[in-house]
Amino acid sequence: MKDKIFKIDRRTFLKTTSISATGLLLGMQFSCTNTSKKLMGDPTANFSPNVYLNINGSGEVTIIAHRSEMGTGIKTSLPLVLADELEVDWEKVKVVQAVGDAKYGDQNTDGSYSVRMFYPIMRQAGATARTMLEQAAANEWKIDVKECKAKNHEVVNSNGDVLGFGYLADKAALLPLPEAQDVILKSPEDFKFIGKKTSIVDLEDIVTGKAVFGLDTRLEGAKVALVKRPPVAGGKIKSYKGEAAMQIPGVQKVFTLESPGFPIPLDSPLGGVVVVADNTWAAMKGRDALEIIWEKGVNGNYDSTAYIETMMSKAKVSGKVRRGQGDATNALKASSKKVKADFRVHHLSHAPMETPCAMAHFKEGKMEIWAPTQEPQWARSAVAGALSLDEKDVRVNVTLLGGGFGRKSKPDYVVEAARIAKESGFPIKLLWTREDDIQHDYYHANCAQHISVGMDESGKVNTWVHRTVFPSIGSTSNAKANEPSGSELSQGVLDMPYDIPNVSCESNNANAQVRVGWLRSVANINHAFAIGCTLDEVAEKRGVDPAQNLLDLLGSDRNIDMASYSKDFWNYSEKLEEFPWSTARFRNVIEEVKRISGWGKEMPDGSTMGIAAHRSFLSYVACVVEVKVENGKIKIPKVYYAVDCGVAVNPERIKAQFEGGAVFGGSIALKSKITLKNGAVQQSNFDDYQVARITDAPLETEVYIVPSNEKPTGAGEPPVPPFAPALSNAMYRITGKRIRQLPITL
Amino acid sequence: MSAFKFNLNQKEVEVDVADDTPLLWVLRDNLGMTGTKFGCGKALCGACTVHLDGEPVRSCTLPISAIGQKKITTIEGIAEGGLHPVQQSWIQEDVPQCGYCQSGQIMSAVALLNKNNNPTDDDIDQAMEGNICRCGTYVRIRRAIKRAAKGGTHEG
Repeated sequence: MKDKIFKIDRRTFLKTTSISATGLLLGMQFSCTNTSKKLMGDPTANFSPNVYLNINGSGEVTIIAHRSEMGTGIKTSLPLVLADELEVDWEKVKVVQAVGDAKYGDQNTDGSYSVRMFYPIMRQAGATARTMLEQAAANEWKIDVKECKAKNHEVVNSNGDVLGFGYLADKAALLPLPEAQDVILKSPEDFKFIGKKTSIVDLEDIVTGKAVFGLDTRLEGAKVALVKRPPVAGGKIKSYKGEAAMQIPGVQKVFTLESPGFPIPLDSPLGGVVVVADNTWAAMKGRDALEIIWEKGVNGNYDSTAYIETMMSKAKVSGKVRRGQGDATNALKASSKKVKADFRVHHLSHAPMETPCAMAHFKEGKMEIWAPTQEPQWARSAVAGALSLDEKDVRVNVTLLGGGFGRKSKPDYVVEAARIAKESGFPIKLLWTREDDIQHDYYHANCAQHISVGMDESGKVNTWVHRTVFPSIGSTSNAKANEPSGSELSQGVLDMPYDIPNVSCESNNANAQVRVGWLRSVANINHAFAIGCTLDEVAEKRGVDPAQNLLDLLGSDRNIDMASYSKDFWNYSEKLEEFPWSTARFRNVIEEVKRISGWGKEMPDGSTMGIAAHRSFLSYVACVVEVKVENGKIKIPKVYYAVDCGVAVNPERIKAQFEGGAVFGGSIALKSKITLKNGAVQQSNFDDYQVARITDAPLETEVYIVPSNEKPTGAGEPPVPPFAPALSNAMYRITGKRIRQLPITL
Repeated sequence: MSAFKFNLNQKEVEVDVADDTPLLWVLRDNLGMTGTKFGCGKALCGACTVHLDGEPVRSCTLPISAIGQKKITTIEGIAEGGLHPVQQSWIQEDVPQCGYCQSGQIMSAVALLNKNNNPTDDDIDQAMEGNICRCGTYVRIRRAIKRAAKGGTHEG
């Protein structure tokens, strides 16, 4: 799949993107006044050599963004890659968001792999089209294609003749697709967009309030739906009274959706009582007026804080060895110096600023959806499945996402809207209130960990024992999947890179008792925190600088064959040969973050720095956090990141991801905590589920991107994992107290 | 249901809604003005910030019946043709990531700068603390406010 360009015929392109080339009759005559310079051609012409691209006769280029935009800039960055190879004028490019359709290839905008997976495909798609335009020009001029060169929306030859992309569109459309070996990719030094700053395509719409998010599409005759869901995941309605709700002016219908019990499929709504009303306020008041008695179900006794202690009791003893080298048990016993530490992390909620929402219109057997979804193909298949529709009768339009962070990859709310639309007979705008969002999320897994490190008398580290216990995401939908998966453990535990002879990485079983899901950087959050804090203690025990300690432990520069250490090792679905685990690149980001932060320099009184480094989503990141405590409050004057993510397609947006990652990491480190009691979430809105505000955020974040021609890797999630341990390690230098639990309390 | 007339972005508008309907839903549901966003419904996040006689208020908790003769300005109404200097600064600093909270952020920033054309970091903290950005664009929000305060020049 990775090297495949998705081809399409013109008619299908027009049908699926609703782009019409009519109405562009002006300009043709104008463009033909100079015989050596023809820019436009037949205005009805369209050249679509693949599903991502169309060039029409007036030279307008449309590039399809098939990944979802939730703030990473992907709607701009991937089209830019195609545009670069195509040699277009970016001002003449229109980016159109794709509907959910398998013909585009993978659309699951999750796991920080959009650029990684599609960089080669987008380059090939752009270069193929460029090659065909050059060939079309060569045919026009009756010269060898080698004498023709595409440049800034035109093809030129050595005589100074110019043919515009518009003029060439219908001619190129008649040519056969070139063989892959005849398509020459640009040399990196010829890139015009890749590696340079480009603002996001929706920037002006966003600052003027015109950008269209999940509930901003106009849908004639739409009613608003709210759902009261069981407070406990797996609970259901025992009885309810809807009469009072029906009395609220504007309330149209009250009915129930079946609850699925627990475990629960990841794409299933939770069921509950639905209120459909003429407007949002009536729906809210109607829902408040419902009287419902719930059956709690199997999770009715879940106490998440107590469960962390249950998990901790497992982490304190030997578990299932998932990576083993040497003889960790005996080596630890023989060690003269030891560091032993236990770590606790609570559940977290994604809390994107736009709550889950969707619009659904069921008409004549067809369902049309507008939704802020990270995974429109899953939304499409889940809706089709839930409503017994053929997938071809389900259309999922993807709006902008007001944040996602992993929450909006699950299509439960899209299915919910579709079911309500079908059942009620109205076009539906489904709104989740903030309370719905905080109380019915797919939570980040709470976690207990124990790490023991053994050293000899000289301070040489000889033993590493890491035990982690947390409910696997898999156990939300399958009770038997109660042992962490290889992919979850390869987010810090199995891929421990330090050169230590005796290693035991162990897991133990735990069960999801609420929906557990992936949240920006997932299991890396828990593991990088525990590892990063432990290494700081090791540095202290060894009597060396914490940054130097990381470099010492890394050992010689090498590509680590992680797969030989553990059959469960997972390299973010990539082969190690293609995306090696390089200690040289890891070392380099540590060196670079030391350099940009002036690590070791004299700090003002009461200020200090901490460091941590972590590889995730195949990117290498080192982070230094500067901290001071002012009037009993933790202040972060500055954060420094060094990142090696291979080719930096849009460096300015990568910097933005790291600036934001420091804030997201700050929320996790200092503010956010979800707890459940009697199976129900105890927090409900931003008063009791706190996230970082401007007053909590770093005043400044400096990001150094390592110049690289390596394959591009993730940028959305990798900033998050090293932040909390870097901050914790800085905090220790102020308070003298080791931090072993998130969120940090002073 | 009652009829309410009020001044919105320099124009008189009339709606027929329940007295306690929050302004946010009047804007979005009745008037189709979707630039103002829902974030929390409890005046905790600032996504729904509009101006009431120039003061930043959270429209999710402001009942329509409380507006009376006061004038409402939304993100759609801060610039008369073209862009407001704060919007321009937001573009120059490439502030938005997902963009959802930015209408509210800009409304709070405009209100701050209308009163204080040279805000300190503390002034910015105070004026902007009520606006959450989950993407974490705060460093750029701070920079964009300072840029707008200096008439569009970067602080350096």
